[in-house]
Amino acid sequence: MWLIDSSIGRKLIMSITGVFLVLFLLFHSCMNIVVIISPEGYNAICAFLGANWYAVAGTAVLAGGFIVHILYALYLTYQNMRARGNVRYAVSKNQKVVDWSSQNMLVLGTIVFGFLALHLYNFWFKMQFVELSGIHTGGSFEPGQGAEFVKQLFSNPIYCVVYIVWLAALWFHLTHGVWSALQTVGLNNKTWLPRVKVISNIISTIVILMFMAIPVYYLIGC
Amino acid sequence: MEKNINVTLKIWRQAGPKVKGEFEIYKLDNVSTDSSFLEMLDMLNEKLIHARKEPIAFDHDCREGICGMCSLYINGHPHGLDGETTTCQLHMRRFHDGQTITIEPWRSAAFPVIKDLMVDRGAYDKIIQAGGYVSVNTGGIPDGNAIPISKLAADEAMDAASCIGCGACAAACKNGSAMLFVAAKVSQLALLPQGKIEAAARAKAMVAKMDELGFGNCTNTQACEAECPKGISISHIARLNREFLSAKFKD
Repeated sequence: MWLIDSSIGRKLIMSITGVFLVLFLLFHSCMNIVVIISPEGYNAICAFLGANWYAVAGTAVLAGGFIVHILYALYLTYQNMRARGNVRYAVSKNQKVVDWSSQNMLVLGTIVFGFLALHLYNFWFKMQFVELSGIHTGGSFEPGQGAEFVKQLFSNPIYCVVYIVWLAALWFHLTHGVWSALQTVGLNNKTWLPRVKVISNIISTIVILMFMAIPVYYLIGC
Repeated sequence: MEKNINVTLKIWRQAGPKVKGEFEIYKLDNVSTDSSFLEMLDMLNEKLIHARKEPIAFDHDCREGICGMCSLYINGHPHGLDGETTTCQLHMRRFHDGQTITIEPWRSAAFPVIKDLMVDRGAYDKIIQAGGYVSVNTGGIPDGNAIPISKLAADEAMDAASCIGCGACAAACKNGSAMLFVAAKVSQLALLPQGKIEAAARAKAMVAKMDELGFGNCTNTQACEAECPKGISISHIARLNREFLSAKFKD
């Protein structure tokens, strides 16, 4: 199977799952920003998505996307370390055009994943999971009370700061990831390379600003 | 202004492919700033030979930046700090008096060390043998404009063809990937009528060979483009990806 055996095939999987996850982030951030604009609207979204079959199927596909992206990342990194050989350079410097994030995608991805686990525990476990399993643990909320729940979590400034740090790591990951995905599928040339990079920066900044607005909003106590 | 400088050299010494290597420190005095980097290494080797010691093995041939034979990872950069030059085009005026210069061989699993600073770059030849050619004789030079080729395609093909196959891309890459080399070799032929016919088969064969030889997976860091002595653009890698993916989807 060339999607596993060939390097470009493996990279294609990374870029497709990556683009899929970026689209999900856009969708997710658009919904989240509603909590600032209108808490009632946000509650309606929470109640609407809740745990109906479409939302559950969507969550399953999404989880699949994450798992494939992470497994391929580990496999590719392992192969790349082997390709580098046993002896490392004693002195190695980068030229200025080489972005720091491009060389640390696995590190950034690991940070993102670590906070993701926390995030799932904070929200998914207490919202959709509770609704699915019917197990009501302490502090769980009805889906129609999403806005109050968000407010309660972010009333703790430590959580606000943790989420802001997480989103910063995600921004670095996305700025390289978006243009890199386009380059891998071949949608690039000399003219478009700088443009694709700008597009990548704009998309990541929009997504992260929308997400970050929420902890910042509660942190400054509006 | 010409002057003489004294430098300290930290050079990787390795007696053979299977032997463990290590750095050795050499002091070299009175090096003219007008001499080239390789002339400086020649000076050092003369000194070692006179002292009845083993000279340092390093690759070089044309010494004018076109053969792709010289290598060397100098102070953290393949072919030294200067952009778009090979090691043989590097001069001692780029170093200052008393500087320590670290010289290492290319380090990549697919480029095993033969001796000291010399590595076996036969892997690149094997990739070329897998498909980096046009399999039929396409005759002599055709009449001008008999086959129209756009200026854009001609320029891109010439840019790709300037690759000398020195291995700096794979040496600079944190993933040990040879994508820039393979992309240049696929591009120079895929853009022109003679090479276009076999473009799909060529991309598949050369990428398969590259993977088989143990080169890594490209993560688009652009280190290769920055260190390439011929300034080959990563846009050729995008073309290789296009060629390869469309060939695979057609199958």
